[in-house]
Amino acid sequence: MSSDNPATVAVPTNRAPAVSSRVVNFPASSALPAVSPTDAVAIDAREVNIFYGEKHAVIDATLGIPARSVTAIIGPSGCGKSTFLRCLNRMHELTPGARMTGSIRLNGENLYDPKVDPTVVRRRVGMVFQKSNPFPTMTIGENVTVGLRLNGVRDKAFLRERLEDALRKAALWDEVKSDLAKPGISLSGGQQQRLCIARAIAVQPEVLLMDEPTSALDPIATAKVEELMNELKRNFTIVIVTHSMQQATRVADQTAFFYLGKLVEFAPTRELFNNPREKQTEAYITGRFG
Amino acid sequence: MSSGIALSTPPPATPPGAVRVGQVSEGLRRWRKFKSALVAGLCLTCALIVVTPLALVFGYLVIKGVGSINLDFFTKLPVPHGETGGGVVHAIVGSFILIGLAALVGLPTGILGAVYITEYAGRRFASVVRFAADLLNGVPSIVWGIVAYAILVLPKGSPFSLGHYSAIAGALALAFIMIPLVLRTSEEVLLLVPNGYREAALALGVARWKIATRIVLKTASKGVLTGALLAVARVSGETAPLLFTALGNSGWSHGIRDPMSALPLQIYAYAISPYPDENRQAWAAALVLLLMVLVLNVGLRYATRDRLPTRPGTRGKKLSSAANTAATTAVTGGAVTVPQT
Repeated sequence: MSSDNPATVAVPTNRAPAVSSRVVNFPASSALPAVSPTDAVAIDAREVNIFYGEKHAVIDATLGIPARSVTAIIGPSGCGKSTFLRCLNRMHELTPGARMTGSIRLNGENLYDPKVDPTVVRRRVGMVFQKSNPFPTMTIGENVTVGLRLNGVRDKAFLRERLEDALRKAALWDEVKSDLAKPGISLSGGQQQRLCIARAIAVQPEVLLMDEPTSALDPIATAKVEELMNELKRNFTIVIVTHSMQQATRVADQTAFFYLGKLVEFAPTRELFNNPREKQTEAYITGRFG
Repeated sequence: MSSGIALSTPPPATPPGAVRVGQVSEGLRRWRKFKSALVAGLCLTCALIVVTPLALVFGYLVIKGVGSINLDFFTKLPVPHGETGGGVVHAIVGSFILIGLAALVGLPTGILGAVYITEYAGRRFASVVRFAADLLNGVPSIVWGIVAYAILVLPKGSPFSLGHYSAIAGALALAFIMIPLVLRTSEEVLLLVPNGYREAALALGVARWKIATRIVLKTASKGVLTGALLAVARVSGETAPLLFTALGNSGWSHGIRDPMSALPLQIYAYAISPYPDENRQAWAAALVLLLMVLVLNVGLRYATRDRLPTRPGTRGKKLSSAANTAATTAVTGGAVTVPQT
């Protein structure tokens, strides 16, 4: 199935070090510390197929997502990009009737091993959603530490430390440090989204998945979140699904283009946009469809 | 007026007699206005019909009962038949114990049952439970009394039977009235909790049961409490299930394995009594019962008011506020509630 599909051939499957070396040379990521070849690929997805009942949502997707960089997934609505993102932390399992085949490894460990608890996977692979969703019953501070507290952390000093660290990393500390006892939903939309990012990174995941994190934000808030991603990739591997190709060019070190459930092309962002190898990619990025 | 929408632009020249789009004859316009007013008036009438009985009942109870309410009424036991004075303190305390026991059993069962069908169960099992609860909500309360009587009061009714009338049997009969009621109201508000909160918590690696209790249930807590309150108010006035179970008692006896008095039972006994002073006290007891429900309602709403003040407008949709208002209105007749929107 995959062999006669030209789309998957183009994917730099087993050439992860090659990808990372190209990443390092890529000007947009010059701030990035050189990625050592050993931890180059954080997420290694192979022949991933996802079905919703009869619907084949993701078809034979194989790609290696480099560590400590931003990887964007673009494509028209319904192309399977969100579905693929959600299978990276096993969130798709919550959809009734969802099935997945293939393997996804996080730093070498199979996330779909029968012995692996999906709860633990989600602690290692955090997620930020399209619509900011701070818990309405909690204060700003409680929202940030909720992941730790509900996982049994009681140590007040430790929680306080993580709270400040996460808010600083989310570039929100200066704005809210005197309002930690105010409700999380009293913040503005952009601040709420950064609060959700702080909440996700407070549990110190290895990977941060972002599902159209700025589509509900105004341009100024969007710029802040994008700037933040640039900072966060020093510590985290970021995978972002976006509808905006401009956003992909601004934030992503490499970009994957999905179409009709298939991974059409995966390349360093500049290469994908300036010099796409696939006709479908070119048609999409030049606005001929989608 | 001159906002530039199609209807208000100057009409183009048309042949006389032709009806232009958006313009109707005077007669038709009057007819439409009449229909609109008619429907609004009909709805207003129905709304008034909802409120009127409560106002009437409350007013009548005050007129008939307030004269008999004094300190003795709340502190003294009944006096022998035919004598005047005395009070119903045993029935007031008995009511609190019975309702407390019933709530202790009924509320957690109903609420946790609702959590199961919204957070865990498959669609089919959830619909079976929902259907069963709807059927049970239609069961007349006297049937629950008879069920509790057969199982817990009749000497050989079941291995759990005490063999005599008891407060336990009464409380369980009330609890079984509460369970389907609480289950359905809780389910409604739990379903209003946006899935985004569940997903956000899942993505933090939080265990399912903690999401169900600490996130979902907490987010919906106001609505769940309102449903619980509605159920408590509903059983506070139940008499039939207690006739066969708690039976009643005219002395100071509050062992839960023994017969126990309750306000509804006392009202029933006094209302059919031939002694005028007892009839008078029945009115007073009814007024006290109504006020108790009212105080409980207002008190709990005050206790569970928003602790986290929000910027106006930031909380677009208040969870449960609709259910809240509806439930409270059902209990208090809307006379004492400030509708929140």
